[in-house]
Amino acid sequence: MKTVRQLSIFAENKVGKIETLTKVFADNKINILAFNITSMGDFGVIKFVLDKPEEASKLLKKDGHAVSVKDILAIEMNDRPGGMYEVAKILGQNSVNIENAYVLVPKARDKALLLVEVTKINEALKALEGKI
Amino acid sequence: MFWDPKIEKLSREKLEKLQLERLKKTLQYVFSRSPFYKKRFTEKKFRPSMVKSLDGLARVPFTYIDDLRKNYPYGLLAVDKSETVRLHTSSGTTGKPKAIFFTRDDIGRGADLIARCLVMTGVTKKDVLQNMMSYGLFTGGLVMHYGAEKVGALVIPAGIGNTDRQLMLMQDFGTTSIHITPSYALYIADVFEKKGLDPRKELKLKRAYMGAEPHSEETRRKIESAFGIDVYNSYGLSEMNGPGVAFECQYKDGMHLWEDHFIMEIIDPVTGRQLPPGQEGELVLTTLCRVGMPILRYRTKDITRIITAPCRCGRTHRRIARITGRSDDMFIIKGVNIFPQQIERVLMGIKGVARNYLIQLESYDELIVKVEIQKRSFDGSVDHMAGLKAEIEGKLRAELLVRPKIELHEPGSLPVSEGKAKRVIDNRKL
Repeated sequence: MKTVRQLSIFAENKVGKIETLTKVFADNKINILAFNITSMGDFGVIKFVLDKPEEASKLLKKDGHAVSVKDILAIEMNDRPGGMYEVAKILGQNSVNIENAYVLVPKARDKALLLVEVTKINEALKALEGKI
Repeated sequence: MFWDPKIEKLSREKLEKLQLERLKKTLQYVFSRSPFYKKRFTEKKFRPSMVKSLDGLARVPFTYIDDLRKNYPYGLLAVDKSETVRLHTSSGTTGKPKAIFFTRDDIGRGADLIARCLVMTGVTKKDVLQNMMSYGLFTGGLVMHYGAEKVGALVIPAGIGNTDRQLMLMQDFGTTSIHITPSYALYIADVFEKKGLDPRKELKLKRAYMGAEPHSEETRRKIESAFGIDVYNSYGLSEMNGPGVAFECQYKDGMHLWEDHFIMEIIDPVTGRQLPPGQEGELVLTTLCRVGMPILRYRTKDITRIITAPCRCGRTHRRIARITGRSDDMFIIKGVNIFPQQIERVLMGIKGVARNYLIQLESYDELIVKVEIQKRSFDGSVDHMAGLKAEIEGKLRAELLVRPKIELHEPGSLPVSEGKAKRVIDNRKL
């Protein structure tokens, strides 16, 4: 069981925002491992998992973006029916609420990492320990 | 501290006697010297002799902003042009500006009023006052400058803009006092934040005089805590000398209006009738000591009220409350009168909201309030942002009785002006 750093960026819903952000990553040779967008109409929050999160956060903050960094769960999924259910069940039994989830496919491409943003990360880690 | 304790603490009875004396003299004076007032008095069948008490002031015809424009440039002048030593103008959104002339003595009296204002908030000759108002035709620069020199403070005529140089001057010369617009003060606080510096540690600043733009109590508190200083509200308008008409004392509870130089009235802007003391309405001012260009019963369009209770500082000159709006920047949405200051007051009281905002009017019933989120309170949660939006909408609706549409914007994305900030954009075709 491990965790990864996730960057959240506040964004108005307007043309060119993703372009602006990803240009910073490209210019600084920062690789995007996974990303996710939650839109609320006129605004949204864009989330990135990157190979150099600290550096990216510093660069974006310098450019005036509202950035927040947080640890999230990176759970290696079993590639069989019921794999996700096992994870969700354990978290639910331990009253850990899933706020957001998306998937990261590592370079090897033979398995997937489920990225899960939860309210109580320490409790989630403890609950999942040795079970998944 | 008092600059002129005798006049600042003059008993109400003596002060009112002095006002009546000066009013009578001014009425006679303009009737014989000012082409505009001679004509206006004759048209309105008014004679200076009709005023026998201060109550009689209500019989004097009003002077409107338009009168100054229509009689531009010399119509209200009461002395020969050779007696004037300075011109200031006040820009309007349309047409000609208002031209205001000062004789040498008028300038001296204006400086004297500023000296009273500065001394009552603790300025001495040891202070360094950085005047961050525009020098030039606008009165905020020069009028303050002369007053601060009169007190003996070191004046840095920095003017407005060029923020990096402003910061350098403040640091290198140990500026203790600044004269600044609220929007520029907020902008400078942001600049410090961006540089990762704390102005409370970097500067020797003790106080700021804030004028030229309406602002709320919350804005004052925000600036006070950002810089770790006292902020004093100041009121003035070019037509009445510029700054120094009314200023706050150390108690920061309303602005003492110098009643030996001006008579104030609060009227109903629609009917023009005087309102009882304490009631909110339009401020009307009459100059009592001006020689170059006296102005009678000037309709300032500023909405305020007179605070009649005596002040703890011992000054007998009554106070006016914070200006709550302009009778002409009020706008109407769904039939409800709204002042931009109401919106600012609500926004500045909400955590997570930055200092910049914009009000956009799209149609008869569509009010859009654009709000910048505060960078450091963003925690990555969409729910919290949605909650912030709902909170803003709810609180504004409770204050305005109209439901606004709220747009959250990225930090630093809304236009900032280094001078008077334009907060309302009216796209309605009415």
